[in-house]
Amino acid sequence: MGTTQSGILGGRLPLADYETNFSDLHPALDRHEALVASDRCYFCHDAPCMTACPTSIDIPLFIRQISTGNPIGSAKTIFDQNILGGMCARVCPTETLCEQACVRNTAEERPVEIGRLQRYATDIAMKENKQFYTRAESSGQRVAVVGAGPAGLACAHRLAVKGHEVVIYDAREKSGGLNEYGIAAYKSVDDFAQSEVDYVLSIGGIEVRHGQALGRDFSLADLTEQYDGVFLGLGLAGVNALRIEGENAEGLEDAVDFIAALRQSKTKADIPVGRRVVVLGGGMTAIDAAVQAKLLGAEEVTICYRRGKEHMNASEFEQDLAASKGVTIRHWLQPKRIALKDGKVAGIELEYTTLVDGKLTATGETGIIAADQIFKAIGQSFEASGLGSLAFEGGRIVVDAEGKTSLANVWAGGDCVLGGEDLTVSAVAMGRDAAEAINRAFAAAMPRASAVA
Amino acid sequence: MADLRNNFVGIKSPNPFWLASAPPTDKAYNVERAFKAGWGGVVWKTLGEEGPPVVNVNGPRYGAIWGADRRLLGLNNIELITDRDLYVNLREMKQVKMNWPDRALIASIMVPCEEEAWKAILPLVEETGADGIELNFGCPHGMSERGMGAAVGQVPEYIEMVVRWCKQYTRMPVITKLTPNITDVRKPARAAKAGGTDAVSLINTINSIVSVDLDTFAPNPTVGGKGTHGGYCGPAVKPIALNMVAEIARDPETYGLPISGIGGITTWRDAAEFLVLGAGNVQVCTAAMTYGFKIVEEMISGLSDWMDAKGHRNLDDITGRAVPNVTDWQYLNLNYIAKAKIDQDSCIKCGRCHIACEDTSHQAITQFVNGVRHFEVMDDECVGCNLCVSVCPVENCITMEELPAGAMDQRTGKPVDPNYANWTTHPNNPMTRQAAE
Repeated sequence: MGTTQSGILGGRLPLADYETNFSDLHPALDRHEALVASDRCYFCHDAPCMTACPTSIDIPLFIRQISTGNPIGSAKTIFDQNILGGMCARVCPTETLCEQACVRNTAEERPVEIGRLQRYATDIAMKENKQFYTRAESSGQRVAVVGAGPAGLACAHRLAVKGHEVVIYDAREKSGGLNEYGIAAYKSVDDFAQSEVDYVLSIGGIEVRHGQALGRDFSLADLTEQYDGVFLGLGLAGVNALRIEGENAEGLEDAVDFIAALRQSKTKADIPVGRRVVVLGGGMTAIDAAVQAKLLGAEEVTICYRRGKEHMNASEFEQDLAASKGVTIRHWLQPKRIALKDGKVAGIELEYTTLVDGKLTATGETGIIAADQIFKAIGQSFEASGLGSLAFEGGRIVVDAEGKTSLANVWAGGDCVLGGEDLTVSAVAMGRDAAEAINRAFAAAMPRASAVA
Repeated sequence: MADLRNNFVGIKSPNPFWLASAPPTDKAYNVERAFKAGWGGVVWKTLGEEGPPVVNVNGPRYGAIWGADRRLLGLNNIELITDRDLYVNLREMKQVKMNWPDRALIASIMVPCEEEAWKAILPLVEETGADGIELNFGCPHGMSERGMGAAVGQVPEYIEMVVRWCKQYTRMPVITKLTPNITDVRKPARAAKAGGTDAVSLINTINSIVSVDLDTFAPNPTVGGKGTHGGYCGPAVKPIALNMVAEIARDPETYGLPISGIGGITTWRDAAEFLVLGAGNVQVCTAAMTYGFKIVEEMISGLSDWMDAKGHRNLDDITGRAVPNVTDWQYLNLNYIAKAKIDQDSCIKCGRCHIACEDTSHQAITQFVNGVRHFEVMDDECVGCNLCVSVCPVENCITMEELPAGAMDQRTGKPVDPNYANWTTHPNNPMTRQAAE
C-alpha cells in the first residue's frame, strides 16, 4: 500500500511499484516481432517516411535489412544519417514524423512500426559495440562545441570522423543534454543516454569538459581565439514565468527540474510528489511531468492548458498516454493566482479562456483546483551570456541554411537557433549538417599545396 | 447448394478434394482423421514391393521457403515411399475402406520396372477393395536413383510399358502420376494414354534445393553435413502445375484424358483453377501439412459458394471451361490494346509502380504532377504490360483498361483496329513474308 497523505512526499508507493511504473514504455522488439513488423514495409520509392525524417534516414533500406536478417547493416544505414539513432528511436514523436507519413496509414490506418524497428537494429549494433566509423587522418584543425546535447554530440561525432579535434564544453555534470535530463524516465531506461554518449564518443578525438558554462567559465570570444571553429549547441536554460500572484510559493516548481531529478534518481522513490498535482502547459514537457507525477503515486494529476486540444504541442499519442495513466487534461484554462496556505501552494485559481477573433481572451469566469504541487511547463527560453555580438532574433541565434552564425567561424544548431524545432532528431540533423559545413569551410580555407601534401 | 459429388474414372467421392499420396496418407490413423475432417478421398502413401521396407533418413526431411510473416510458400522433401511393411498397409487400407465406403481410396504403387513385380503386387492391392491405383512415376529423390519414380516417368516408353502391364493384371482404374522434371509433359501423358491409362495425375514434386545454410555451406535440409535435391511442392509450384495440366488438356493427342490436378492447391480458388483448366478432381498435400486437415472445410464451402454464385450446378459444368482459352502465343490478338489506369482514391502513394516502370520497363508512370507526389499512367508510353498491377500492394488500385475499337492509341498514334489479327499474319513475321512471296 502506498500513501495518499497530503503534501509533497517521496515514497508514496511500495518500492516494487516504482520499477513497474518506470519500466520501458515501448519494450524492445524481439527478433520474431521485428521480422513480422519489417515484413509490413512496402519499400516505397522515394519514401514519404524518409522525407518526413529530419535526419533523412533511409528507412525502407534499414527495414529491408532487418527483414533479410542483417540488423548490423541496418544499424549502419541509420547511423550514417543519425548517430543518435538509438535515442531518436525511443523519443521521436514518430506519430507526427515518419510513421505519420507511412503509406500504410492510407490503406489500413496502421503504420509500419518504424521507431521500434530502428531501436531493434540500433540496440543490436550498440550491444555488440559495433563501430562503423574510423577517423580520417588528423586535419590539425580544432573545433570547440558548446553543449553536449544531441546537436553538440552529432556535430562532434561528424567532425571527429572528418579528422578534426573536438572539445565539448557542457555546464552539466553529464553529457547528453535533454537526452540525459529532459526526457521521461520510461522512455530511456537502463541509463541508455549515457551508453549512447559512450558509444558516440568512442570514435575518439572528442574531449568533453563538464561543469563549464558559457558566460561563467568562458566566453565565445575565448573559443574563437583558441579554436579554428566553434559550434554552439546550447539548450534552453530558462523557464518562462507565470507572472501571477504566488509565483515564488513553495510547491510551485519547474517541470523541467522535476523531469531531470527523476532521470537522475535510481529508485524514483526519493522524488517527492504532491497528492494533488496541477501541471500548467500543453507540450511534451507537461505530459512528461504529469504522467510521471501520476506514476510516482500522486492521487490526482490535472494538466491545465490555456487553449484547446487541437492546439496542444503534445502529440495525440502523448495525450492518450497521459489519459491512460489517469491524468486529466483540461483545456481553455489559464492560471490567475496561486492559492496559498501557510505560504505553501494549496491550489490554483484558473480563469476560463476563449478565442475572440482568433485572439485568446479571458472570459472572467474563474475556478479553483486544489493542489499541493504545481508544475510550470509553459515553455523555455534561451538564456545565455558570453556570446558577444552574435546576432539574435526572437531570442534565438540567427543561422543560415548551413548553420553558420553572424560571426566568422561560428556555427550553431539545436534548440538555441531560430527555427529550431524542439526535437532531438532535428537537433541531430542541425549538428550533423553544421559539421559538414565546418569541414567544407576548413577545406576551402586550406592552401592548395598542403591539401595535396 | 452446388453438387460437388465427384466421379473420376468411375471412382466416386462426395467431393473432388483428395489427399495426395504423401506423408498425410501414410497410415490408417491419419486417413481416418482426414475422412472425419471431410476429405473426399485419399491416395494412400506409395506402397513398395514385398520384403524389407525402404528406410528414411533420421534427420530432417523437409526444407521450406517463406513469404511475409513466415507464410510457407514452398516445401521440399526427401522422404521416400512408405517405410512400413506392405501387409500392414494393405490390412489398414482394407479396414479403412470398409469403414468409409463412400470415400475414394486409391493405392499409390512404386515397384521395380519389371513385369513380375507389378504382376505380384496388383492382386494384393485389389484384394483391399481399393477403388483404383496410382502409378508413382514422379518422385524425383531417392527412389529415382534406384530406377523407380521419376526415373520411369522421364522415359515415355517405360511409362507405356508399365501402364500396359497394370491394365493387363488388374481391373482397377489406373491413374498414372507424372513427373514435372521433364521438358515436355505432353510426351509422358501421350505414352500413358497409349498404354491404356484411365487417367493421369500431375504434378509430382519438382527437383529442388530449397536453400543453403551459409554457415555450414550445406543444402537444406542437411543430414549430417550433406544435403540432396528433394521434391518441391506447395503454393510456389502451382503455376507450373497449372500449365502442365493445361498442356495435356488442350493437346489433341490427349484431349479428354481425365486429369487429377495436383500442385500447390491451398484454397478453393486454387482448386477451381485446376478444374477449369481440365482437371476432373484435385489432390492436396502441402496445404494439409501446413494447416492440418480442417482446410478442406474452406475448400468445400468456397467452391460450393462460388459455383452457386455463378450458377454452376455440378463439377461437369466447370471442368475444362478454361481450356479453349489457353492458346499459343502466336494466336493472341495483336490488335487488343490495354492501358493501365491508377485509381487515385485507392492509391496509397508508395511509388512502386513508378519505380518498377521507370527502372525496368517503359517509363510510363509519373512520380510528380505539378510538383506533387502523384502517380499516373502516361498513355502515350504505356504498352499495357501489367507490371504495375503486379507490383502494386493495393488490390484493384491499378487496373488494365481495354481501349475500345476505334479509340486512339496515344502511344502509336493509330486507332484501335476492330479486327482480330495475330502473329501468323503479321507483316513482321518472316514466315508470313515467305508465304506471301
